[in-house]
Amino acid sequence: MMEPATILLALIAVLLVTAVAAVAIARLPAATAIVYGACAAVSAVLLAVAVAALIGGRTGQLVLPLGLPWLGAHFRLDSLSAFFLTVVNLGGAAASLYGLGYGRHESAPHRVLPFFAAFLAGMNLVVVAADAFSFLLSWEFMSLASWAMVLTHHRDPDNARAALVYLVMAGFGTMALLLAFGLMAGPGGGYAFEAMRSAAHAPSTTVLVFALMLLGAGSKAGLVPLHVWLPLAHPAAPSHVSALMSGVMTKVAVYGFLRVVFDLMGDPAWWAGIVLLALGGATAVLGILHALMERDLKRLLAYSTIENIGVIFVSLGLALAFSANAMAWAAALALTAALFHVLNHALFKSLLFFGAGAVLTATATRDMERLGGLIHRMPVTSLAFLGGSAAISALPPFNGFVSEWLAFQAILQSPQLPQWGLKILVPAVGGLLALAAALAAAAFVRAFGVTFLGRPRSPASGDAREVDRFSLAAMLALAVLCLLVGILPGFVIDALAPVTRALVGGAMPAQAHVPWLSVVPVAESRSSYNGLLVFLFIAASAWLAAILVHRFASHELRRGPAWDCGFPDPSPATQYTAGSFAQPIRRVFGSVVFQARETVAMPPPGDTAPARLVVEMHDPIWERLYAPIAAAVDFAALRLNRLQFLTIRRYLVLVFLSLVFLLAVLALWS
Amino acid sequence: MELIHDLIVQGAQMMAVLALAPLLTGFVRKVKARLTRRRGPPLLQPYRDLARLLRKEAVLAENASWLFRVSPYLVFAATWVAAALVPTFAVGLMFSWTADLIAIIALLGSARFFLALAGMDVGTSFGGIGASREVMIASLAEPAMLLTVFALALVAGSTQLSTVAAVLATPEVGLRVSLGMALIALVMVAIAENARIPVDNPATHLELTMVHEAMVLEYSGRHLAMIEFGASLKLLLYLSLIVCIFVPWGIAAPGAGLGALAIGAVIWLAKLAVGGALLALFETSIAKMRVFRVPDFLGAALMLGLLGTLLLFVSRSL
Amino acid sequence: MNGSLTFDIAHMLAGGLVLVSFMLLYQDRLYALLNVYALHALVLSLSVAWQAHIQGAPHLYVTAAIALVFKAIVIPMALHRIVRRLGIHRDIEAVVGVGRTMLAGMGLVALSMVVMLRATPEADPLARADLAFALSVVLLGLLVMVTRRNAVSQVVGFMALENGLVLAATGARGMPLVVEISVAFSILIAFIVIGIFLFRIRERFDTVDIGALDQFRGERR
Repeated sequence: MMEPATILLALIAVLLVTAVAAVAIARLPAATAIVYGACAAVSAVLLAVAVAALIGGRTGQLVLPLGLPWLGAHFRLDSLSAFFLTVVNLGGAAASLYGLGYGRHESAPHRVLPFFAAFLAGMNLVVVAADAFSFLLSWEFMSLASWAMVLTHHRDPDNARAALVYLVMAGFGTMALLLAFGLMAGPGGGYAFEAMRSAAHAPSTTVLVFALMLLGAGSKAGLVPLHVWLPLAHPAAPSHVSALMSGVMTKVAVYGFLRVVFDLMGDPAWWAGIVLLALGGATAVLGILHALMERDLKRLLAYSTIENIGVIFVSLGLALAFSANAMAWAAALALTAALFHVLNHALFKSLLFFGAGAVLTATATRDMERLGGLIHRMPVTSLAFLGGSAAISALPPFNGFVSEWLAFQAILQSPQLPQWGLKILVPAVGGLLALAAALAAAAFVRAFGVTFLGRPRSPASGDAREVDRFSLAAMLALAVLCLLVGILPGFVIDALAPVTRALVGGAMPAQAHVPWLSVVPVAESRSSYNGLLVFLFIAASAWLAAILVHRFASHELRRGPAWDCGFPDPSPATQYTAGSFAQPIRRVFGSVVFQARETVAMPPPGDTAPARLVVEMHDPIWERLYAPIAAAVDFAALRLNRLQFLTIRRYLVLVFLSLVFLLAVLALWS
Repeated sequence: MELIHDLIVQGAQMMAVLALAPLLTGFVRKVKARLTRRRGPPLLQPYRDLARLLRKEAVLAENASWLFRVSPYLVFAATWVAAALVPTFAVGLMFSWTADLIAIIALLGSARFFLALAGMDVGTSFGGIGASREVMIASLAEPAMLLTVFALALVAGSTQLSTVAAVLATPEVGLRVSLGMALIALVMVAIAENARIPVDNPATHLELTMVHEAMVLEYSGRHLAMIEFGASLKLLLYLSLIVCIFVPWGIAAPGAGLGALAIGAVIWLAKLAVGGALLALFETSIAKMRVFRVPDFLGAALMLGLLGTLLLFVSRSL
Repeated sequence: MNGSLTFDIAHMLAGGLVLVSFMLLYQDRLYALLNVYALHALVLSLSVAWQAHIQGAPHLYVTAAIALVFKAIVIPMALHRIVRRLGIHRDIEAVVGVGRTMLAGMGLVALSMVVMLRATPEADPLARADLAFALSVVLLGLLVMVTRRNAVSQVVGFMALENGLVLAATGARGMPLVVEISVAFSILIAFIVIGIFLFRIRERFDTVDIGALDQFRGERR
């Protein structure tokens, strides 16, 4: 039997070889099928290895003579990496399967295929890397591969702008990570994770590392206010890549955060929990409010990713607060909620992006105001998208509800925390979480209702066709997984136990032996949830009601024109649109958060010009934070522009002076 | 033997909520009519309405999808399951641990999700208006409800309704300002969720004031019957929930004998009657508010829930 | 009577005062605001009377009576009269929306609880809770004052704030009656002064929106 770490690295190497080969064969007609087929096969095997390692508790490590000569490249497989490997490869396998069909519609496959395989390899490598050098290298590799795919359709100015913002933010994030690792390695240069874990870090170092990880991993994950690149870049890529970026890459960022803050950094102070809770709560609400205002289907999904990252970070903040107060069992509950949500979000967000991609393929538009009525034209896609919408709206018996429920149970343990600030903040954040969940349901009623229900708002939407078998298979598989995880959550919780044991030193009680497959997070508090029974009860009573009604009452059916209070209007333009559906919520929340204003320009009587309703909204974060920074950079660039027109002698003077200056600093410093 | 007994009690509870839900609706209507010095429809009118609707053929809009036809049954089933999990005459029933209070709220959320989608299915302006306002109301009512649940769960140490009812029935709980606030908040949420005055008017026929009714405007026949039945069940659910939490006395203990169960049932009926009469009294004494006043109303409920949770920290224990 | 019920009732009344302070924030009609203020004073007087009962301090009954007679009856009625006589516009113009004001109020309650509970870890739990509530009431009164444009509602905010001070004083046991009465009279005098001011403002500017004063001083509204 080979070491699992060796198998993993060999498989990742196969992905890299696929990437290289894809460059060579990208222009062949069969390239799409070959590359996605290979990626799907490798991801599936990787998934199997990861699940086996997670459940079997197998760990292993490997040092390759690559990278820095005195360090080598360390790779390690432990329970945390095994869990994230599972998530990465689940998403990867589904996206590759979807790509088998979706990729055929790609106009420029040579711009996607090599990077797709490289992207998968990069994400896998981040998760198994065990020294700062290989971690950062893989991280950057992952970022650049995804960046290249954001630029697939680079002639679109929006995409070019998205790629620019993404590149700047990714560079900024990696720099923060670099500094964080540098701080933890210390002057001795212990760049292997093993050395960092055993080193004793000064409290000031811990604080700085925590802040830098928030910047570095937070910007990749999409934590407010570092989220601005995400809704631009994720939708710009081809849909299966969007699914990977939203569903999986943000999770790799969460992995980076977990690895450093919970594993390598040593014990953080309790107030770190407050920071995470506040940021997470704000991220969740702001993200979903943005999603509600959005009319571009894929961008809506990207904003909803931000919301889910907020939910995950709230749970992480709770876990941090509990573990700083040595309440291992509660920390395990909160951490399980976070990890469970990581898995859930990977499942349903990939599914939803696949659905959006199918809509895009069928209608050539992402604008919800031009869609509608697709449930008649694309029945399978709409069924899968409906499942994903229900799951992301945290509706029982789907999986989204379970992680949300676990998070609420963790919140209810907060009165036992000793710090007053935490005690009072946590229920308020719980309120924010509930608000975000309710708004998410509203956002997905809107997304599904406007896109798939009603009457077609454009000819393209009226003539849509169902997509190919591979895409449908990928979507249905994920939808079934969403339901399965939702009705059998106990197995997932048990599988997560080794991870929480390694990170916070405790685990939730084993769930597999609870009768009827219920979930009982804290034995003494006697709160329980049974997804299986809820599902069976709903299914049985709906079925029973339908049977009884059809058997004993009427089962006749007549089709007629819509009633609409006696004034049916044949024009689909009279339907509620995405904009009008959001209007009540825009008025309630948007007026506060986005300073939304509605103005109606009414023409004078007798004039036949149409009246116009203009909605004005502002993105507070972009306008208050990034616009000033951009303006400052612009200003500085303008000033420094002169430096581009110097003589060679002047350049040499500059170089010489800076050399002398640095030497002087060195002389004075030591 | 014990298993069979438990099963029977659980089944009786499920059937009881089913059988009594239309009666409660009829009772509230009757009291409202009497309060405005009208005679009002007979108590059993809702049953007749349901039977009439069930017998009729269903008329579907031409472009209604399968979702439109499935939703009524899903809405009914989710509400029924939720109602069956709320303790009525006895606590600790066989399946009461299937879902706690949070899951019950989420089940009602599922019902609303599908109803709102069904409202948008035909693609009429009224369906859209109803659905969009319904989700706006829910986006405030759900957090308010959850904050109330936090306050209750922190007192009772559990989100399991049976446990909450049992703890709140003990004298140690005493008078608590937080519980008072939770009660007010819960009542406000219940009014909003059940589309009662002042948030919505269940008897309205003015299109622009409707929320719930606008959403189900395209339904007819058996589909409408299922939705109306679901709405009645929801009213019964909320009323039972409020009385089992805040007036928990008289509920039969787990494994109680037939006599205790019968007493519990009678007391439950009495509580429902009082609650229904109070609801009718409240509805007749207040005017419906504009739609955009509703956020203030529910915002106040949200605030009460949060305040109740915060004030727990300065009370005796915790 | 057992100890926990005594505590519960005191707690309930003090918590009720916080709740009524929130109701003050919620009102957008002047008359309703005055009525809620009367309720505020009534709850205060009940709370003080209960404290008098459990502390066995008869002078607190005097305080309760002062609160009942002056604050719950005389002052609201006087304000009613002023509003009617001056024909003041009966809508309250808020600087910030109700929702945001409420959120700010929640933040203030949380803040005062954290401050008080951390500052007094070993005090008697009842006094602790009372102090936390009292500070909340004071801060909420201030919030009413800063978020309302209308001068009458500022008066109400000021008096709600004063009610918070009285609650703190009774909770803290052993506040001499002299201080109590002098506080009450100073409030009365402040009320009279403000009342006269109201008339003067109204005479000069034909409005009691204090924004008009700022305009007069050449300040930006």
